Amino acid sequence: MKILYFAWLRTQIGSPEEDVTPPPEVNTLYGLIDWLKAKGEPYQSALSDLSVVRIAVNQEYVTEDIPLNGTEEVAFFPPVTGG
Amino acid sequence: MIRVQSEIFDTGEEIKKLTAGATNIGAVVTFTGLVRDFNDGSGITSLTLEHYPGMTEKELAQIEEEARKRWELDDCLIIHRYGRMEVTEPIVLVITASAHRKDAFEAAEFLMDWLKTKAPFWKLEEKTDGNSGWVEERHSDLDAAKRWE
Repeated sequence: MKILYFAWLRTQIGSPEEDVTPPPEVNTLYGLIDWLKAKGEPYQSALSDLSVVRIAVNQEYVTEDIPLNGTEEVAFFPPVTGG
Repeated sequence: MIRVQSEIFDTGEEIKKLTAGATNIGAVVTFTGLVRDFNDGSGITSLTLEHYPGMTEKELAQIEEEARKRWELDDCLIIHRYGRMEVTEPIVLVITASAHRKDAFEAAEFLMDWLKTKAPFWKLEEKTDGNSGWVEERHSDLDAAKRWE
């Protein structure tokens, strides 16, 4: 599964994207976030306050926990400021 | 129609292309967003726009589709740039064309309000004091978007 980071999340994580293979028991979005945070820094700090993070799964905004089956791409980013 | 590009655009040319040959258009409204030299009390020297390729196009297309559902539009165009841009350069262009001005005005406002809160773009400001920082979400933008719910 591909994980993407944008804006300050990219800076904090230190990379725009990575490929991860979580274990089978990690089967929901929030499970994935906990699994990433368990890897320690910089994930722990970057994903500690989800109220300042927006999440897209397969390029669609997601606002609550969902099952991860069929997920190819998860993106974490701050609230948008274009225009 | 939507376009995400790094190149600068020419508003006049885009209006001409959009309205060419259409005899039923009575109103064209355009909005151009420019890089200004200040934000929240700091001097700004340039902006760099980052975006999420793929999702950006999807979101902009959905925003356009919603506008076409809500108003009678003959055509509309959203161009949003990414990359580094200097003060006075255009960042975003919205053009709406309709038989009637009310539809064109309202749709243009709606497109910008939704774009500012839904399209995955982020602004990095370079400041006159040598610092740089990501622009934070504005509550006024969120409030403006809410009125269309």
